[in-house]
Amino acid sequence: MLARTMAEMQAEGQTPEILFWVGCAGSYDARAQKVTRALCEILHHAGISFAILGQEERCTGDPARRAGNEFLFQMMATMNIETLNLYGVRKIVTACPHCFNTLKNEYPALGGHYEVVHHTQLLQELLQSGKIKLKEGGAFQGKRITYHDSCYLGRANDIYEAPRALLEALDADLVEMKRSRKNGLCCGAGGAQMWKEDEPGNKRINIERIEEALQTQPQAVVANCPFCITMLQDGLKAKEKNEHVMVYDLSEMILQSL
Amino acid sequence: MLSIAFFAAVLVLTGWFAYRGYARVWQNIHLGKAEPVEGVRAVRWRNVLLVAFGQQKMFKNWLPAVLHLFIYVAFLVTQIELLEIFVDGLTGAHRFFAPYLKDFYAFVISFIEVLSVLALVATVAFLARRNLLKVPRFWKPEMKGWPFRDANYILIGEIILIAGIFTMNGADSVLQARGAEHYPPAGPFAVSQWLGPALFGSLSTPALIAVERFGWWLHILTVFGFLCYLPYSKHLHILLAFPNTWYARQKPKGEMSNMPEVQKEVRIMMGLEPADTSPSGDLPLFGANDVFSLSWKNILEAYSCTECGRCTAVCPANLTGKKLSPRKVVMAVRDRAEEVGAAIAAGRQNRSDYNDGKSLFDYISPEELHACTTCNACVEACPVLINPLDVILQMRRYEILTQGAGPSDWLPLFNAIENNGAAWAMNEPRDAWRNQ
Repeated sequence: MLARTMAEMQAEGQTPEILFWVGCAGSYDARAQKVTRALCEILHHAGISFAILGQEERCTGDPARRAGNEFLFQMMATMNIETLNLYGVRKIVTACPHCFNTLKNEYPALGGHYEVVHHTQLLQELLQSGKIKLKEGGAFQGKRITYHDSCYLGRANDIYEAPRALLEALDADLVEMKRSRKNGLCCGAGGAQMWKEDEPGNKRINIERIEEALQTQPQAVVANCPFCITMLQDGLKAKEKNEHVMVYDLSEMILQSL
Repeated sequence: MLSIAFFAAVLVLTGWFAYRGYARVWQNIHLGKAEPVEGVRAVRWRNVLLVAFGQQKMFKNWLPAVLHLFIYVAFLVTQIELLEIFVDGLTGAHRFFAPYLKDFYAFVISFIEVLSVLALVATVAFLARRNLLKVPRFWKPEMKGWPFRDANYILIGEIILIAGIFTMNGADSVLQARGAEHYPPAGPFAVSQWLGPALFGSLSTPALIAVERFGWWLHILTVFGFLCYLPYSKHLHILLAFPNTWYARQKPKGEMSNMPEVQKEVRIMMGLEPADTSPSGDLPLFGANDVFSLSWKNILEAYSCTECGRCTAVCPANLTGKKLSPRKVVMAVRDRAEEVGAAIAAGRQNRSDYNDGKSLFDYISPEELHACTTCNACVEACPVLINPLDVILQMRRYEILTQGAGPSDWLPLFNAIENNGAAWAMNEPRDAWRNQ
């Protein structure tokens, strides 16, 4: 079994170290599911005892809140906090920066207090403590890659170094885009844009971003967010580069190098 | 004696006009809702010293930052000379500080002169950049008309001010060299010692005195005019940048403010809290549709905006041709506050039941609000810590919660979340990926 639920573990009298918050994209989006599985495999490899909420997990409410629907956000948040507190969850890891931001910054005001880490932070921690070791000459050694800062990990939460530390550990040749870190350009999906058509304009935001990424002549574009991955991949498709340039989540790169 | 009386009269008049202007801004800021000041004092000081005083965020782009710094430092240091002008104006003295400061006086004035030359270079560069170079952020639709003229008025005023300083000091330098009565030696001044003779060396002493007085009055009248003009101009940022950085929110940028009133409703609905038995009055208003439903902080920010457009220049929606411009959102808040404030001041409306048939939605369209990706690039870009995103999100809340409107594309999203607890309506269980 790739992952057990909190309920399953509790039935066996076990308490996991950490809860893996999978999120809607990680649960349902085919591309993001790969990231979910990769992270599970890494956690198993590192011997970390973890659980998911499974069918008890709900949308954190991030897109609803940013669309303006505070009622729906409060409903989701209240139900999730009830569940998390029932299981006595202390530490949460998630592969989605939107879930990360909401759980970490917005749930405390509603009575949900947890230590929340993004999976790139946890992976960095596992590398540093030696719980995972990357093999010499891994798949990404010397590969020319560029890294896309997601807004909700970057500007929203000032996390720029953990993902880059992983790239360094992978011995990849990181070429930064002109707009990176604090000045990173959005992929176009945030603020519930993922679920709606663009407003009238002359370009899609993901095209603007992928053009910038392609200027670095990368062999791969690396991201840390399921929505960014979708947008960047769509951009590559539109540019007919999807056969030559891959979009990876950092967990997939780590898994390939274990 | 006559000139002292005249100066005092001008001073009183300036004080009156300035008071009216600034009191208006103060009242308009307080049209907003109360918002408690939160956060750490040490961080506030850090923001004021580094971001406002130290212009830390300007240096993301070093060339305009250096030019802007010239004008800014010249402005700060010229206050010393201005202080002397006040003393001279009210006592009839000439260069009151000179006998006390001796050589240091010449140094201070020389320092001001060098900075004034640098400020002049910067001002001319900025005028050229605004009017000749087509820097995109200065030519967006919201910059047409008054904002465009306002920016130029300030820069031209700057040039007049500097011209006043050098006319005054230049003529004075020649008068001092001639040993004219009432013009004791106070120099030499770095720039005027040669600029003065070059421009005015051939004039007679009475003519020189007239030129010196003209420069003196030109300088001080421009300053007074500036002081009265500020509260009507984008240039108010030179004052409000300080309180604005002091009051800047310190939460992570990703955190949206909670709505306790909605939280309570939801908890009652879910049976987690007993229902309120007190009879409810008017229908509640959620989110913001006008200055009254914004926070006073949002309005302070709007008055602190100098319309530089760094927010709009990095906005992904604006960069890709969408109508949204974060700067326009901020300018709209100020314009609406002006409109509402004026109607109340004129007695046409009351604050408690204000209704002119308009709202912020007459300034900011749903199309603009819907284009935002909440990426925080605008928030990060602002050199004085204005948060345009907060206004956008409060207006989105109004649209969805109070109006029941919003993009129809979002209805399936809301339905999926409400019915399935997921952002997409899916038939399979949430953990099906475990078994695939």
